[in-house]
Amino acid sequence: MGSVLRLRKLCYVEPVKFQSFESIKNAEKQQQQQQQQEERTVSEVENAVQKNGRDDDEDTKKKKEGKKKMKEWRCIDSCCWVIGCLCTVWWLLVFLYYSLPAALPGFQPPESPGARLGREGVRALHPVVLVPGISTGGLELWEGKPCTEGLFRKRLWGGSFTEILKRPLCWLEHLSLDNETGLDPPGIRVRAVPGLVAADYFAPGYFVWAVLIQNLAKIGYEEKNMHMAAYDWRLSFQNTETRDQALSRLKSTIELMYLTNGRKKVVVVPHSMGVLYFLHFLKWVELPPPMGGGGGPGWCATHIKAIMNIGPPFLGVPKAVSNILSSEAKDVAVIRSMDPGVLDSEILGLQTLEHAMRVARTWDSIISLVPKGGETIWGDLDWSPEEGHGCSLAKRRTLQSSGNNKNSNHTNGKRTFSAMKDLAKYGRIISFGKEASYIPSSQLPSVDLKELLLGKPSTISNSTCQEVWTEYNELSRESIRDVADNKVYTSQTLLDLLRFVAPKMMKRAEAHFSHGIADDLNDPKYNHYKYWSNPLEMRLPGAPDMEIYCLYGVGIPTERSYVYKMSPTGKCKSIPFRIDSTAEGYEDSCLKGGVYFVDGDESVPVLSSGFMCARGWRGKTRFNPSGATTYVREYQHRPPASLLEGRGSASGAHVDIMGNVAFIEDVLRVAAGATGEEIGGDRIYSDIMRMSERINIQL
Amino acid sequence: MSFLRRRRAAESAKAGSGSGDDGGGGEGGDKKEREVKSRRKQGPGGGERPRRWSCVDSCCWFVGCVCSIWWLLLFLLNAMPASFPQYVTEAITGPLPDPPGVKLRKEGLAARHPVVFVPGIVTGGLELWEGHQCAEGLFRKRLWGGTFGELYKRPLCWVEHMSLDNETGLDPPGIRVRPVSGLVAADYFAPGYFVWAVLIANLARIGYEEKNMYMAAYDWRLSFQNTEVRDQTLSRIKSNIELMVATSGNKVVVIPHSMGVLYFLHFMKWVEAPAPMGGGGGSDWCAKHIKAVMNIGGPFFGVPKAVSGLFSVEARDIAVARALAPGVLDKDVFKFQTLQHMMRMTRTWDSTMSMIPKGGDTIWGGVDWSPEGFFNCSTKRSKNIYMTTSERSAVRDLENRAGVNYGRLISFGKDVANIHSSKIERTDFRGAVKGRNLSNTSNCDVWTEYHDMGVGGVKAIADYKVYTAGSILDLLDFVAPKLMKRGSAHFSYGIADNLDDPKYQHYRHWSNPLETKLPNAPDMEIYSLYGVGIPTERAYVYKLTPTSECYIPFQIDTSADGESEDSCLKDGVFSADGDETVPVLSAGYMCAKGWRGKTRFNPSGINTYIREYDHAPPANLLEGRGTQSGAHVDIMGNFALIEDIIRVAAGATGEDLGGDRVYSDIFKWSEKIQLQL
Repeated sequence: MGSVLRLRKLCYVEPVKFQSFESIKNAEKQQQQQQQQEERTVSEVENAVQKNGRDDDEDTKKKKEGKKKMKEWRCIDSCCWVIGCLCTVWWLLVFLYYSLPAALPGFQPPESPGARLGREGVRALHPVVLVPGISTGGLELWEGKPCTEGLFRKRLWGGSFTEILKRPLCWLEHLSLDNETGLDPPGIRVRAVPGLVAADYFAPGYFVWAVLIQNLAKIGYEEKNMHMAAYDWRLSFQNTETRDQALSRLKSTIELMYLTNGRKKVVVVPHSMGVLYFLHFLKWVELPPPMGGGGGPGWCATHIKAIMNIGPPFLGVPKAVSNILSSEAKDVAVIRSMDPGVLDSEILGLQTLEHAMRVARTWDSIISLVPKGGETIWGDLDWSPEEGHGCSLAKRRTLQSSGNNKNSNHTNGKRTFSAMKDLAKYGRIISFGKEASYIPSSQLPSVDLKELLLGKPSTISNSTCQEVWTEYNELSRESIRDVADNKVYTSQTLLDLLRFVAPKMMKRAEAHFSHGIADDLNDPKYNHYKYWSNPLEMRLPGAPDMEIYCLYGVGIPTERSYVYKMSPTGKCKSIPFRIDSTAEGYEDSCLKGGVYFVDGDESVPVLSSGFMCARGWRGKTRFNPSGATTYVREYQHRPPASLLEGRGSASGAHVDIMGNVAFIEDVLRVAAGATGEEIGGDRIYSDIMRMSERINIQL
Repeated sequence: MSFLRRRRAAESAKAGSGSGDDGGGGEGGDKKEREVKSRRKQGPGGGERPRRWSCVDSCCWFVGCVCSIWWLLLFLLNAMPASFPQYVTEAITGPLPDPPGVKLRKEGLAARHPVVFVPGIVTGGLELWEGHQCAEGLFRKRLWGGTFGELYKRPLCWVEHMSLDNETGLDPPGIRVRPVSGLVAADYFAPGYFVWAVLIANLARIGYEEKNMYMAAYDWRLSFQNTEVRDQTLSRIKSNIELMVATSGNKVVVIPHSMGVLYFLHFMKWVEAPAPMGGGGGSDWCAKHIKAVMNIGGPFFGVPKAVSGLFSVEARDIAVARALAPGVLDKDVFKFQTLQHMMRMTRTWDSTMSMIPKGGDTIWGGVDWSPEGFFNCSTKRSKNIYMTTSERSAVRDLENRAGVNYGRLISFGKDVANIHSSKIERTDFRGAVKGRNLSNTSNCDVWTEYHDMGVGGVKAIADYKVYTAGSILDLLDFVAPKLMKRGSAHFSYGIADNLDDPKYQHYRHWSNPLETKLPNAPDMEIYSLYGVGIPTERAYVYKLTPTSECYIPFQIDTSADGESEDSCLKDGVFSADGDETVPVLSAGYMCAKGWRGKTRFNPSGINTYIREYDHAPPANLLEGRGTQSGAHVDIMGNFALIEDIIRVAAGATGEDLGGDRVYSDIFKWSEKIQLQL
């Protein structure tokens, strides 16, 4: 208490003293001007100062006792001082920033495509429906356990994610769905945020749809002719109708917009998983209730002008497999190799991956992204459609464009060499061990997988040592080893693997999704909703005037198959497999950090996004009986030139493409009434046409 | 600066024999003082240094302290469990009652009928979709609602964007401001100031969510029919109600608030009228889709506030502000001319005209009578203090003699407001020539229609002395011809003699309950829920503004106060019972009499219920805006009201709730109104 008092005193004493200095100074100045009696002035000053000093002396004498404490005070003092300085400077900068004019005179931002087209006379014509993909839509809490006090109608997913940090376990619990039904757990209601805000920004500053919305607004769009079909992306598609009537809602909105905008058909712009969701909707809306929406056979022909699929994972993505199997993707694997132990060991008792796996496995929608079409599409042990395709595709492009002859010759030679030497066998989506991923199939162990996986009775071993329960705990060590011994899984056997390691999830989800190829589409079983989101098991609606676009980025290495290994044994590990991030190919090889890459948009390989538009639906095929026109529009990836560009105006990445100027222009033109021919038909950079030819499928 | 300081500190530490004190430059004893002194001798520049940095230094120190403490408190606040304030409240006031949602859930109520909210004027958010250069970077940001940050940053730009076109009442060229959609449109008006949020939270407790709760947000600046013309809002509401009825299998309960009540009246006529003017839903649409309409604070006959708003852009609050600090609002200090800007902006909003008192002298009273004539202005007091009947009648007699002339909505001068009509000398203003004094108006930055009127016109208005609800319309026609021309195409204020007259099929009559028939839906229920017990503006005493050059020539005469303490006249405003904005008469009459039973306005005999909520101010600060408030907006947090709504939404009928619940004299006043039913 005493020290505090002294501290106070000091603070007060100081200013007083300075004041006296001030007066002295003034006096001094006057006398200097007069240039007289200088000596006397000095002595006066001296006297005054000494007088002050004497007063102070008494103070300091008292203070000397508490000198030590004063030193502490000094430390705090300088801390405060530094903080104060920083704050002041910060405020000053903020103030300056705000008082700056919005556009600096020297820096002219490039004109947005919307403004340019607006000047050209392109105006809003067709209503636009945006369908967001997985994980980009916001979710908010409507009812929760006591631990979520005060979070009513606050975002749990999207936004700033502050709740993860504040109450992680509570957060995980509320984002999980029921393990049996795939619907809400009792006492918890988490719902999709409606409206454009649902997915305009995923997190503050990280746009998803915002740039497109802004450009659409420039040519006259607003809320009455632009709709965000937000849905709960964790649920299976049919369950969004069962629980939230999301499909009915979408149907009603499209009908309303069609009527109120002068009977103009809508242009639908789905992104990522939204593409599959809208495929599901197309079938649902025309089929009779109770399973369907009862719109009648002509509904799509009447209401839809075009579907502009962005980065469509029509045939699934390999990423989904690694996610389900070990809840890791390239990025996680890289982190693990850089910093071994952080994610795996139970330091802090976090077990991040295990938690993530447990939550993600209650989300049925992920199953919709598992590769579809089996070995016909994705390749078998020895064959894949991408085969012989330059592995270092992205690298080659950049090197060639750099124009260094020596360099490119060198790499070209090396590339052909390496391509010959280790031809990536993409068909083996999962291989245990690096060798297994490229040795000829004759050398692989021939084990009957089905028998192996289904025959074993699963014995529950020491599963009690885990706090976090995942389905792996029900698997015995031996059966896990058997899984690894099988070495190689193609997209066909992969499903068996998943059924084995995640029986509950697959049982739940396979009632909602199917991954095969239909032999006979007239089979009445294909009227069931589980087939509606698989383009290989559904027919497009009878709408010959409808246009289907596949818009996606190319030129980024995209995960296509994985090299796995067993997790180090001995400890209580929940996830027994992991990507072998030590598996590296040669310099130009497509194998990097345990992952084989192909061309794509970083998430979806070209094959999955382009095949249906390039071949499966082109012309009149059995999947497209009415001959709806299809267009493939690819956007070559170019990384942002400078930091000022942010995420780039020519990006081809899965989400960043939504800010791609060429892409936005295409969408705007179609929304304003242009047809696919008018915007230039196909626009192809990748080998998608050649790859599609290689796929042997009956059309 | 910091660099300098540190070097000095090191120096003085050496010189000051390690006294360890760098800040003061004085505590180091004589030695140091001498050093300072000698330095000063060298020149004034040398002596300045220690002083300057010391000052900056202590500033920084102070700022740093404040910042650190602030952060510390912020951290503690964030680390605090969310239910902490509740514990504190409970510790002080005892256990709180359960919020109605929780209470009724325990009783077993669950969501049944989908709910539609219709927000009122001003409470809905508006956002920018297209703007001029000055609104750069505000795309899809709220201009109205939220923090109103832009109002301070660029006020003129803001006013420009919030205004509508003076001729059409639609968007000005190059500007698109649109209503925010979804529940966020009106859950909170500003951060922390709830409108619908409490009701939404309580409904969610019994199982409501976005799929069976719909906020019918519309642009409240437009006339009702124009919301359909520009945004197709009415079609949107129709489609959403149909969807909710189809997906849930139950009819909807509609909850309009304030002006939303009139908007929904308009909607009910629109939806059944044939296209193109109407929605083409057929004559049984309402019967099929609507279970109940629960009007909260409905200004069926308009509000007197709207008149003063249109006439001189002021209400009681502004008049009081003016009385407290005369000159701030009026003079050109800061070149603001706030009120003139406000007037120019609000006069482009057609919707304000839907609130002009309707029904003329029949409803609102003539020069010498009014339905509330014998209203006891000190109701609050007489209710609280026990009074014998004789005492009460004595008070009433006293007031009988005083006789407040509420019928005179506007009077010029306090004397005129009180004396008998035969003693008032009036000259008709209608023929008065509007003088033009262009020389004066050219000085004004802000143009309002008053400048067209000239001194002659202003004087003519003041000479007419007294205006009743009927002549108010002529007055507004005179002072704001453009506004009224636009407005009269969309709204009408009369009483229909013959409702079958085909002219009443025009949409301008749809929002006036005295000129429309309710839809043919005998099972539908109509509720009037409103607060009572708060003095509400009912009539005004005006005066001329001292100098009428650039200013609005009229203002409320705040010096006019009643003689006795209990008088209804305060600061130039006569108050009657109501919810602070809407007088009881306007909110209650239709349900109390106009629509009760089978009348010509209600041919199918829809049941009506009146539920009044007596106002009780919040007991302490912790209660916020109170759980028993009867004020116009705060009533949305009234537990009794929320409970009523939840019960109806869960399936109860008006009889189950207990029928009428009346505190005011509404039935007595209704009897006094001579209206053919």
